[in-house]
Amino acid sequence: MTDPNRRRKKANGIWFSRHKKKRDAGKVLAQETPKKKSGPLTGGRIGKRAALLRLGKYFLRYKRAVAAALLLSLASNLLALAAPLLSAAAINAVSAKAGVDMAKVIFFCALMAVFYLLSSALSYALTYVMLRLSRNITRKMREEVFEKLLSLPVVFYDTRLAGDILNRITYDVDTVNASLSNDIIQIATSIITVVGSLVGMLLLSPLLTSVFAVILPLTVFVTVRRSKVMRPLFRKRSAKLGELNGYSEEMLSGLCTIRGYGREREIEAQYALHNADAANSYYTADYVGSKVGPTVNFINNLSTVLISVFGGWLFLLDRIRLGDISAFLQYSRKFTGPINEFANIISELQSALAAAERLFGILDEAPEQDPQDALLLPAKVRGEVTFDRVCFSYERGKPILKDVSFSAKKGQTVAIVGPTGAGKTTIVNLLMRFYDPDCGKILLDGVDISQYTRSAVRSVFTMVLQDTWLFEGTIFENIAYGKESATKEEVIAAARAANIDRYIRTLPQGYDTRITDGGANLSKGQKQLLTIARAMVSSAELLILDEATSNVDTRTERLVRDAMALLQRGRTSFVIAHRLSTIENADCILVVQGGEIVERGKHAELLANEGFYSRIYNAQFE
Amino acid sequence: MKKIRHYLKPYALRMSAGLLIKAIGTIAELALPLVLAYLLDDGENAVVKDAFSLFLLGGAMLALALIALFGNIIANRMASKVARDSIERIRNDLFTKTLQLSARQTDSFTIPTLISRLSSDTYNVHNMLGMMQRLGVRVPIMLFGGLFLAFFVEPVLTLILIAVLPVMLAIVILIARKGIVYYGKLQRSVDGMVRKVRDDYTGVRVIKALSRTETEAQSFRETAGKVAEDETKAGLITGMSNPVVNLLLNLGMVAVVLIGALRVRGGEMSPGKIVAFVSYFTLILNAAMTVSRLFVTLAKGTASGKRICEVLNSTYVEQESFAKPQNADAHIAFENVTFAFSDAIALNDVSFFVRRGEKLGIIGATGSGKSTIVQLLLRFYAVNSGGVFVDGQNVNEADISKLREKFGIVFQNDFIMRGTVEENVDFCRNLPRENILRALQTAQANFVAEKGLDFPLEAHGVNLSGGQKQRILIARALAGDPDILILDDSSSALDYKTDAALRAAIAREYGDTTVLYIAQRVSSVRGCDKILVLDGGRAVGFGSHAKLCEQCGIYRDICASQGGDVYD
Repeated sequence: MTDPNRRRKKANGIWFSRHKKKRDAGKVLAQETPKKKSGPLTGGRIGKRAALLRLGKYFLRYKRAVAAALLLSLASNLLALAAPLLSAAAINAVSAKAGVDMAKVIFFCALMAVFYLLSSALSYALTYVMLRLSRNITRKMREEVFEKLLSLPVVFYDTRLAGDILNRITYDVDTVNASLSNDIIQIATSIITVVGSLVGMLLLSPLLTSVFAVILPLTVFVTVRRSKVMRPLFRKRSAKLGELNGYSEEMLSGLCTIRGYGREREIEAQYALHNADAANSYYTADYVGSKVGPTVNFINNLSTVLISVFGGWLFLLDRIRLGDISAFLQYSRKFTGPINEFANIISELQSALAAAERLFGILDEAPEQDPQDALLLPAKVRGEVTFDRVCFSYERGKPILKDVSFSAKKGQTVAIVGPTGAGKTTIVNLLMRFYDPDCGKILLDGVDISQYTRSAVRSVFTMVLQDTWLFEGTIFENIAYGKESATKEEVIAAARAANIDRYIRTLPQGYDTRITDGGANLSKGQKQLLTIARAMVSSAELLILDEATSNVDTRTERLVRDAMALLQRGRTSFVIAHRLSTIENADCILVVQGGEIVERGKHAELLANEGFYSRIYNAQFE
Repeated sequence: MKKIRHYLKPYALRMSAGLLIKAIGTIAELALPLVLAYLLDDGENAVVKDAFSLFLLGGAMLALALIALFGNIIANRMASKVARDSIERIRNDLFTKTLQLSARQTDSFTIPTLISRLSSDTYNVHNMLGMMQRLGVRVPIMLFGGLFLAFFVEPVLTLILIAVLPVMLAIVILIARKGIVYYGKLQRSVDGMVRKVRDDYTGVRVIKALSRTETEAQSFRETAGKVAEDETKAGLITGMSNPVVNLLLNLGMVAVVLIGALRVRGGEMSPGKIVAFVSYFTLILNAAMTVSRLFVTLAKGTASGKRICEVLNSTYVEQESFAKPQNADAHIAFENVTFAFSDAIALNDVSFFVRRGEKLGIIGATGSGKSTIVQLLLRFYAVNSGGVFVDGQNVNEADISKLREKFGIVFQNDFIMRGTVEENVDFCRNLPRENILRALQTAQANFVAEKGLDFPLEAHGVNLSGGQKQRILIARALAGDPDILILDDSSSALDYKTDAALRAAIAREYGDTTVLYIAQRVSSVRGCDKILVLDGGRAVGFGSHAKLCEQCGIYRDICASQGGDVYD
């Protein structure tokens, strides 16, 4: 069966499998970010059988479609199977000696035409039903996986590569579906065809069937051997191709560096090695695989020879009619077809199940937990935050925060400084309840924030992060994102306050300008201003600014700084910055080092202390 | 495509031998039903009168089947070999060419398309080369040889074949064409879905912070719905091919039986021929059905071949400039340099010079042209007017590899490759260990001491923090003991203290090296001998920190905005 659809997916599979290897070769050096990996999910492997059962459930949701599909495939196959019998009857009515019974021939031919017509119509109807079925299931699966993703804690995102998850939501879902919906029909078709043609052959001539039985073990042998030999070869082929593509992708991302250092020759030599490897494993799989076609043809031809010779002999003995031989030949060809397909189906089912396991792995991940009897957030939040002896670690035995305590009063600005990896970002992660402390408490207006739901806690914050996240959409949509049902006026007011309104108006499409590719058409500073505008739209009482100024060019920086000062007004703010100049006016500066607050106080106090802060402050002028 | 054919040329002999063997195998297969026709003929001129001749013919059929088997296997193997050898060369050449493209060419192709040309396009061409050799011969022989033999057996019934075949081919090709269009559409909506997931993946903190999961789920449902819709459409089109082809094939068969019966009645042919003819019919039409597969592979392969050739054939002649240096004793000099990427001017009449061993700071806003200076210096691009000189020589006249050997560079967003720390610092240069250790030490990469030189780094350095990455990269630049060291925004992830220590160490350990510090932080450049201030592609200031503080308004502005007291 030629199914371009399936072939396409197979080919694609190769391009997306490459990210999965060798990721966990190195341990993370950075202390503050947990390790990225792509190994098995913590949700664990659920086993092939369980995966199969759960997949079954998806199909059971569409009982009627499945039933219709099976019925259609049965009917269309039976019709196709009956046709050779009709052709036998028609040909039997033709004899050189006895003359031609034209009425009979016409009758059977007409019947044949009707059968074939119906069979084709039914098989297209089947395609239709199956396409709709698989469309519904694919969609359902994708939505479930995506919704699950959004419900997962941030630690999941921090520890996994985006590419890995993308593979699951696109290609794994595809694999599961393409092969499952195809394979179910294929299996049904195969069984019907094998049984049906066997019955047909027996009906035509039990004697010839016994001759045909000689071929059967050969077919089975070839099939089993083939799948045994081919699977590792194909696996190797995609692994090697993946390596090659990974290599070229990696090297091209460093094209400037390679050229700059004049290392083209060396890299080319490396590439040639990978290339030879990949070409060879492709070749091995290719030529071993290409033996299959001729072998199957040979078996077919062999059965044709046997049937013809013995059929001819029986014919000489007048034990069989000519039409029956013809029909028998047709059945014998039908019979071997599915048996050869079987090896394909099995290997596809296996890859589908492996993909399904990966999908269920995600679906089984534990979502963010909220307390059963969560407190309701008071209508008006004052905005006082206290860290009470908080400690935290991403990895057991490697504490990031040790016994950290501080508090911020309403409207105050608390600045957090310290070297990379000291735990600054972690404080934000805990505040937003992206992570929970190992011990100690964080209080909001005197109440432990773990008693609220996570979304309630987050709703009192607005934030501007170093990674200026903009999504594919218009500028308006990106700013309005800060608040549900933000009005046009609110958005424009926010943009104005963020000093970006004037720039937006110079764009030909103004607020309707589409932001593409994460904002590739904007400068870093403009992106920053847009995220500030987004934060402005929000009416949250608390603000987090995470190293928000460190990537902005000097011109825009002043605009950004003014905008941020405006944003901080009236909000309790937590500012993390490398640039000490931006935090000199903070009500309290916390100097974090090695997970501890080593100094605290106002800028002038800290300078007078001549401690760590004054050292890093003066370092900028050395 | 000419180019691809050119790659096949060296294998012409092997290919034609393979194709010949393939042809023999295929013809043997075709001859089978011919024997069958004789075998089953019960007419006046029937050959089979006794068991002996029956088995003789059976033996002949078996021999034909064996010839077909071995002929095909041998030919397939040869075809795979040719495909492998030619694709290996194509890929190597493509990769080499890709590395050698000029920066302007790279810009116009863009890196992602170069990557996909190297991966999926060469894959498609490989597929095509293999399949064309295997089926490209088999299918036409099956079709036309089959027609010929069928004609030989029974000319009148052949007319049915001749009537059915073109219709079928037309339908198959039409469907395949439509299918390709629809799959292209599908691919685009899948791209959209991927973008959505990637977007949300990176923005998960913002989404959660703003409690917008429901909105995101809703918009994903739309995207996924679009994918599902397009998938169904494409499936419905391509799904049509099998039933339609089957129907035509089977109706043709009915016609064969019917007309055959009429002709037998008229005494124009023997009934055995109907049986043989039905076998032919199946054989030929099965071959015709693979045409659709062939067509898809060919279409894909051709499209990909074109994309590969675009790269292989691309040429670009850089603008020549033979300006002579006015200031011959400068180590590096830019003299009235003007440069534009396409139509946007990046550098406008920029002049400056540095003597050997001096430190030059370059400061300016994003887009002011800082990195462009590096790209011209390394001659990634040629200037539009003016001249760039290193050691008194116009870089346009210099041997590129000798020129680049003088430099140690850290680019903005430079890359770490998969390999050990040592391999990354060495960067295929076979440098002595001492150099590497000294470079690492100077670069303040103390964390390496803890982990060891053999510590494995991931592609893009995902297992390093930003500051660690930058220090490895700086070590790479230093390890070659360069004449000129360029650090382009390469200490931005370091805290002030480490940054200061780094600069002190470079001055101490690599005192003779001319250094270009490109930065946005005043603190990174204020200690330099000279500072070049760029603004919108123009040099608006050039001199020491103190001099610029007095004379350059924009520089003072930058200083003030970064909180530094100008006169401290």
